[in-house]
Amino acid sequence: MRYIRRLRTLDRAIVPVLILAGWEAFSRSGALPAALLPAPSTVVWAWADWVFGTDGNTQTYSGHWIFDTAASLSRVLAGFAIATALAVSIGAAIGWSRATEVIIEPTLQILRPIPPVSWIPLAIIWFGIANKPAIFLVFLGAFFPILLNTIHGVKNCDRNLIRAGAMVGGGNRELLRFIVLPAALPSIFAGLRIGIGSAWMLTVTAEMVAVKSGLGYVLWDSYYFLRYDLVLAAMASIGMLGFLSDLGIRAVMARVLHWQRNTTIQGGE
Amino acid sequence: MATIEISHVSKIFRDPKREADVVALDDINLAVAKNEFLCLLGPSGCGKSTLLNMIAGFERPSAGTVVVDGQAVTAPGSDRGVVFQQANLMPWLPIWENVAFHMLLRGGQKAERRARAQIYIDMVGLTGFENHYPSELSGGMNQRVGIARALLMNPQVILMDEPFGALDEQTRMDMQNELVRIWQEHQGTIVFVTHGIDEALTLGTHVAVMSARPGRIREVIPLDLPRPRDITGRQFNETKRHILDLLRSERAGASLETSDHA
Repeated sequence: MRYIRRLRTLDRAIVPVLILAGWEAFSRSGALPAALLPAPSTVVWAWADWVFGTDGNTQTYSGHWIFDTAASLSRVLAGFAIATALAVSIGAAIGWSRATEVIIEPTLQILRPIPPVSWIPLAIIWFGIANKPAIFLVFLGAFFPILLNTIHGVKNCDRNLIRAGAMVGGGNRELLRFIVLPAALPSIFAGLRIGIGSAWMLTVTAEMVAVKSGLGYVLWDSYYFLRYDLVLAAMASIGMLGFLSDLGIRAVMARVLHWQRNTTIQGGE
Repeated sequence: MATIEISHVSKIFRDPKREADVVALDDINLAVAKNEFLCLLGPSGCGKSTLLNMIAGFERPSAGTVVVDGQAVTAPGSDRGVVFQQANLMPWLPIWENVAFHMLLRGGQKAERRARAQIYIDMVGLTGFENHYPSELSGGMNQRVGIARALLMNPQVILMDEPFGALDEQTRMDMQNELVRIWQEHQGTIVFVTHGIDEALTLGTHVAVMSARPGRIREVIPLDLPRPRDITGRQFNETKRHILDLLRSERAGASLETSDHA
């Protein structure tokens, strides 16, 4: 068993290692000008200086990574938190009450198909060039997936559980708090996971256009200065942070939804 | 005064596809005395579950009144404990929280809820499973949790809608014995819906035999059989024959199993 498991870990590394090695070899072969596709080793070199200030090859960005990351992360967290709070409460209201659904839902369905990115001009004239337009875009991107999943989760709550709750003497408020919301949590978490992905996407977009700091800004700025190694390092940083945020949500989910362990297909592992 | 009084209750459903009214229950009159164990016995579609849901307050009669302990029923409430066909437990709560769900909704202290849950968990024989989740227990065990949850509210009446219908024969017999034991110790009024003649005769102090389309009460039979009930005894079989005659005299088509859950 242990042998098989170790083999599996190695198996997972095979494809990434092959890609990196091939890329390194291709970059060094001189088929393309080195500046157009920097080798992984060059990217790591630039990244190391950006993060730790090793030799100053990234000039003004040397040692500045943590500040760029903090700027992006704070925008993601702020926009995502506002989106979560609003989407869960509005979604619960829409899913629970037909009257609320009739009043609010059509407006939301009209706004939803508008790509969040197309709000950039308005976001800039409303909020200026700073954190606010970025947070606004992140909010727009994360809001709808969380909203739709919350509505879905609340509407799909087993009617029999609500009956059981009414039987033990629950009024509307107790039923919502103790039955409908817990029952909707798996669906809400699915929405949060989609939402955090959109949040990173829109932070980076906003930073390319409407803000002068953060990982997206570094990425775009490096492109102007032909530092494609730094572009790739920024891309990798964004990917890593997106992955870590999703991991964080999954960790919370595993704690909150631990009761699901034995009811899902993968729970048996 | 009877604990449950059902007078002139009718229920008419609208069938939108046929654009016709369906009379599910037709002028039902029934009284259940305190500490009585009444089994509502009838074929599928005779409206026995509808009648139970009206006592529970999940459904409203089209005509007539349902009165429990002097109060007209208008909504579900914790004075009437319901044990459902499926256990309907909250899958995210451990067993003890499910049993004390009534107290959780009332905002009871954790220690108090835990202590009170324990009494009823012990009563239904689930000691040691307090911290399990419903998905970790068998169907029969979950059904016991459902019974404990209803008992904890100390309700005026307990309403049971074919609670053992989904269980295997052996487990069902065990559960029936347990239920009779709990009822004898706990005292209380029970209305138990079933389509099994043997089950009705094993459990009840009275059996109300219903007929289908429209749902009516054919006869309420008091059972004067010693407990534990001997399902092969002479008296048992005579009563069973009488019930079968009642049901056979109905037009064919309605299905009713003679032994539980064929």
